[in-house]
Amino acid sequence: MPSVIVSVILAVQEFYVLTGRALRNVFREPHYTDDIILQMDSIGVGSLLIVILTGFFSGAVMTLQLARALARWGQQGQVGTAVSLTLVRELGPALTALMVAGRNSSGMASEIGSMKVTEQIDAMRALGTDPIQKLVTPRLIATCVVLPLLTVIADFVGMFGGYVVAVLLVDLNGRRYWTTVWQALGWDDFAQGLLKPFVFAFVVALVGCYYGLRATGGTQGVGRATTQAVVLASVLIFVLTFFLTRIFTSQLVSSS
Amino acid sequence: MPSNGAKSILRFEHVHVSFDGVPALEDLSFEVCEGEARIILGAAASGKTVLLKTALGLVRPDSGSVYLFGENITRLTEHQLFDIRSRIGMLFQEGALFDSLTIEENVAYPLMNQKAIHCPAGEVAGRVKEALHFVELDQTLARFPSELSGGMRRRAAIARAVVSEPPLLLYDSPTAGLDPITAHTIVALIIKERDVSDTTTLIVTHRYQDGNLVANFRYNPDNGQLVPARGNGHQPQQRTKFMVLREGKLLFEGTQAELEASGDPYISKFRRQTGG
Repeated sequence: MPSVIVSVILAVQEFYVLTGRALRNVFREPHYTDDIILQMDSIGVGSLLIVILTGFFSGAVMTLQLARALARWGQQGQVGTAVSLTLVRELGPALTALMVAGRNSSGMASEIGSMKVTEQIDAMRALGTDPIQKLVTPRLIATCVVLPLLTVIADFVGMFGGYVVAVLLVDLNGRRYWTTVWQALGWDDFAQGLLKPFVFAFVVALVGCYYGLRATGGTQGVGRATTQAVVLASVLIFVLTFFLTRIFTSQLVSSS
Repeated sequence: MPSNGAKSILRFEHVHVSFDGVPALEDLSFEVCEGEARIILGAAASGKTVLLKTALGLVRPDSGSVYLFGENITRLTEHQLFDIRSRIGMLFQEGALFDSLTIEENVAYPLMNQKAIHCPAGEVAGRVKEALHFVELDQTLARFPSELSGGMRRRAAIARAVVSEPPLLLYDSPTAGLDPITAHTIVALIIKERDVSDTTTLIVTHRYQDGNLVANFRYNPDNGQLVPARGNGHQPQQRTKFMVLREGKLLFEGTQAELEASGDPYISKFRRQTGG
């Protein structure tokens, strides 16, 4: 039992060291701008379609459910408020981050993991390049830029999905839907809606890179690293979204 | 200190390395001097690769010291190590070419990325061509490593190791997994590099015949062939030393003649490979 605890503590320590070095390299020469742009394309443009699809259908299904629930109190007209708050505060950031984690944490873990087991990471170090600077920092910067943008897109597409369902299936007034959507949102909703994806970007990029860099044992090891990266990134996103929401709601309670 | 007055290139002093409590190298001490060829024999998991990675500073020893070109590298930071690593060429076990880069970009990588090598941008292409010509791979510039055969990849990796003309070259199992003919070509290239550029060479291998070739043949620049090195002042035997590792411990260090005379059953197992 103690050896398990020791290995967990060591892993957490290694993760913090990686985070520290990746952040320090943001301000350190050389900057691999080409790699940053390449990663932004792969993470951002590459994830656009799945983010749009999940956003649209989560907004649509929420409208269906909430319209039915709210009808019991005769508040069907408020469906836009509920959809918009849930999307911007919680579901938009969390679902987008989960999708990108599934797509890109795994991609990073397998790509860097294959380089690790074929000694390409060692070769990089032998040839004068810091693998964290060349591989981890560009992925971290790219994810931090792209994930909030994807979240905004998912939020909007989700609201649009809600609108389509509200008008076509629930028979609500479209104008009224958009008014309630817009009026529901305050500045603090935008703040937490954008802060969350920024924090999740660290999880998505660093967990993927971390498992890639510690992959051992051939192709099997790479497969294991990939799975572990997706699992841990997804779980961390759920845990962190709870704590971040707790921070925001406690602020509201104390200020009211 | 070296006994014959030659400059010390690499020195291990009581080096211990372990991974998760399992020792990989135990109390290892040896010294390689300028111009020497050192053959390190050992079975799988005897610590050969760890030895080379420790020499490069890729693996840090738990205790003991490693000296490269007279400088103790044990306490240097990763960024301080970059300078010293630029004077070493390393051939990794499977070549370790970057598979997202073409062969040309791979071979150019050390010239473009090692700060200590001041190679003007205009000269890079020429030196890359020269290095690929050296390993007889002139036609592969634009191809990716995955498009080449195992032997060609190994040769391209040698080109990447020698392109910056380092004074010390480390070869990790250069012939592992290759057919005998290709393996011979690779050893011939190693001998050619040693004789043309006069580099200090460390070769880690499980094949005694690789060491035998290095110790007894020289590169003939007139016809590009290997010829037995006898007379003419060519005495690679005297410049070649053998080491045998067993489970991370140094079992033997000496000349080929001493190795052949050894009665140790583990050592004679390696020797017997040549006959069979």
